[in-house]
Amino acid sequence: MIGMNDFELLEFKISRRAFMGGSAGLAFAFTLGVGKDAKAQTPGTLNAYVSIAPDGTITIQQPVAEMGQGISTGLPLIVAEELDADWNKVKVVQSPIAPAYHHPIFKAQYVVASISTLGYWTPMRMAGAQARRVLIDAAATKWGVPAAECVTEPSTVVHQPSGRKMSYGEIASFATPPATPPAIDATKDLKKPGDYRLLGKGVPRVDVPAKATGAAKYGIDARVPGMAYATFVRSPVRGSGPASSNAADVKKQPGIIDVVTLDHGVAVVGETFAAVSKARRQLKVTWRSGQPGDAINTDKDLETYLGDGRDPKRVGVEWKSKGDPAKAIAGAARTVSREYLSDHVYHAQMEPMNATADVRRDGIDIWVGTQAPTRTTLDVAKALGTTPDMVRVHQQYLGGGFGRRATVEASVDAALISKAVNRPVKLILSREDDLLTGTFRPMTSQRLDVGVDAAGKIVAWQHRVVGEPVGDFVYHPGYNKAAKDRDTIFMMGAELPYYNKVDHWRSEHLMEPERTRVAAWRGIGAGYTKFAIESMIDELAHAAKMDPLAYRLAHTDDGRARRVLEKVAEMSGWGKKPPAGRALGIAFAEYGILAPKVGSLVGAVAEISVNEKTGRIRVHNYWAAADAGLAINPTAFAGQMESAIVWGLSSALKERVTMVNGVVQQSNFHQYELLRMSEVPEIKVEIITGASPIPSMVGELGVPCTAPAVASAFFALTGRRLYHMPFTPARVQAALKAKKIEA
Amino acid sequence: MIKFVVNGAEAYSEQPGDTPLLWVLRDELGLTGTKFGCGVAQCGACTVHVNGQTARACVMPVSAVAGKKVTTIEGLSPGGDHPLQKAWIAEQVPQCGYCQSGQIMQAAVLLAKNKNPSREQIVTHMNGNLCRCGTYNGIVRAIQRAAKEA
Repeated sequence: MIGMNDFELLEFKISRRAFMGGSAGLAFAFTLGVGKDAKAQTPGTLNAYVSIAPDGTITIQQPVAEMGQGISTGLPLIVAEELDADWNKVKVVQSPIAPAYHHPIFKAQYVVASISTLGYWTPMRMAGAQARRVLIDAAATKWGVPAAECVTEPSTVVHQPSGRKMSYGEIASFATPPATPPAIDATKDLKKPGDYRLLGKGVPRVDVPAKATGAAKYGIDARVPGMAYATFVRSPVRGSGPASSNAADVKKQPGIIDVVTLDHGVAVVGETFAAVSKARRQLKVTWRSGQPGDAINTDKDLETYLGDGRDPKRVGVEWKSKGDPAKAIAGAARTVSREYLSDHVYHAQMEPMNATADVRRDGIDIWVGTQAPTRTTLDVAKALGTTPDMVRVHQQYLGGGFGRRATVEASVDAALISKAVNRPVKLILSREDDLLTGTFRPMTSQRLDVGVDAAGKIVAWQHRVVGEPVGDFVYHPGYNKAAKDRDTIFMMGAELPYYNKVDHWRSEHLMEPERTRVAAWRGIGAGYTKFAIESMIDELAHAAKMDPLAYRLAHTDDGRARRVLEKVAEMSGWGKKPPAGRALGIAFAEYGILAPKVGSLVGAVAEISVNEKTGRIRVHNYWAAADAGLAINPTAFAGQMESAIVWGLSSALKERVTMVNGVVQQSNFHQYELLRMSEVPEIKVEIITGASPIPSMVGELGVPCTAPAVASAFFALTGRRLYHMPFTPARVQAALKAKKIEA
Repeated sequence: MIKFVVNGAEAYSEQPGDTPLLWVLRDELGLTGTKFGCGVAQCGACTVHVNGQTARACVMPVSAVAGKKVTTIEGLSPGGDHPLQKAWIAEQVPQCGYCQSGQIMQAAVLLAKNKNPSREQIVTHMNGNLCRCGTYNGIVRAIQRAAKEA
């Protein structure tokens, strides 16, 4: 059994400081007892997560932000399983932001890294089992029989010897939780997988109906009586702020209440958002110079990264290693070195960043869809010079999260503006401002030096990833130093935990100066590190005159890894001749900071064609086999896989943010293009279960294989390699002009 | 004052005539099912019907709908049970869901004109609507299902 101590990484400890606000006085203990949050001793309220009404309705609190990942179905399903609830009687509500609902790893409500289900797995089961025990005890007492003689059927307690039954609703009408909640032993009081009635079977997502009628409420839909509208023009360069502006002129525009100048930007506030948008277009701000970000020129900077990656005198920070690759590479028959590049990419979540704030003397209310509600209370309190208990966050649906909503700038800005104009304020960024001041996955240069033996098999592997760390921007200044420069978000995936026949490997982060607004982006580092790793493996396979699937299998005897690879090969008809003008490429990846102890695995195959005239790559088919341990809700899992695959393909083929003198050059979707319906392949996903009894990461698992699978298919088709993401038409055409790579 | 019909009921706007219909619907009339995505008719999140045709409400001035019939996601069917809405649920299409009002409104005009669209016709008709969650294949399946069951 995996305990919470297995998850105790330094990176988590340090990131937690972001939620503690430097104060030791905040209690973040996870509690199953009936806390203040759950209205203790209310009949039917069995613990912080479960309450049951006399009509049998079971209300389950779900603590995590719903951003399309299906968590508002998945977590309650776990509670319902152990509670032995009739799922048709379950009503899911968004929990308050309170310690009783904190994620056990982060000690906060915070949804990142695809570890909500894994983190809440045990607490949810315990909550359900404990509520069930309270119901059994109450029924047994009422009947005057030993509790040990009672069992449950969905939403019913049954006294086995007599056959008497009592519904949960009936029990709830008189039962109150005991002062000391019954103890649940996780090792013996929880269901065995074979007894599951709900988990792994698949239920419709609870959030879907409202999303088909327009009734679902997102942050941007909040309406507060008397509210004004605002937009915020933030300095495009990290750390800068306004030096001067034509605020006085803009304030005279029709419908404008005020133009508020803050240290880091300028807010336009008006009676309608239409008036605000119009006035914003008149606003001209001169920004303070002197920030390191003023000098950013991405095209030139990437050249610098490449040079740094080649410089043997530069020393990186070790991410992970096995054996002694420096020594092993000296004894290799041959060394292969390659370089891979990736550009900055933007979240492009469909709902522009927004928050509604009502700052009053007696308290602060924030309506927002956020991945970081606990941090919202802390950062808003800090910005307004008050205490977190004065800040109430009303969690709304997220119109896409993807890491963009893990930072809390919009709530802080909305609160500052509300305070300045003394009114509730709904702050919405225009798409242009959302992109101009986006938080990007950092661009990278990667260098791989691999030693192979006479047969072409890998004997030593050295991986250097060059780019800006993200920890300080995502969490707080000083994060990287405290975390000993272990930047999980940046380095994710730069490792070979499942190619377990490779005995010597090492990866390092060569850090560039921090000056860009860089952050977590769905798939984080694995979006580019696996592009480099899997592209290199494909190249080594061809050099060894081996089939890329066989070459991979020759480097692992891990059963789960082999299974996803063999499964996707079977699904895609790997080894058979593809239709004329098309070719297949295969890739493998794990996802998860805790791999290989806990990790999700994926094998994928892309089938592509290339229009040599236009340089456009078309992906026709994409197959993926995924193993994330126990699949809580398999249809939702497959949906997340498909979603992440489209996300990954979009970034592999099209997405690119460039900067000149620190300023983003793209302004809206006509310049920052996303994959559209006409460009999406047929996608087939198979879920593999049975290898692990616990659920692991799902939401980002589809991303890492996309770019290398496409790049390898491109090689199979054209004999040329793609080394720079995204594979834009210009880069494809340049590759096609290059000399064929001799295997 | 600009008068028009929204979801079968008479409505009016007191905003300047160049105000985008999107903000009149969302902020003046409280119909928040229609979403703001880009403001420049590039994403389709704000798609509504004007006299039965698709329109991008973010770039349509409210003056242009004077005397016309506007339908939003809230008015597509009285009980929220349009064949497309039922198909969207059956196929479990939405993820974050933010673009889906626009997707459904876009698709509804196609089905009104063409009872049995081919995959290619669906893709051509829907290609202007972005979905960042990548639910495109689900959308195609749902439109095909709705066509079959309508």
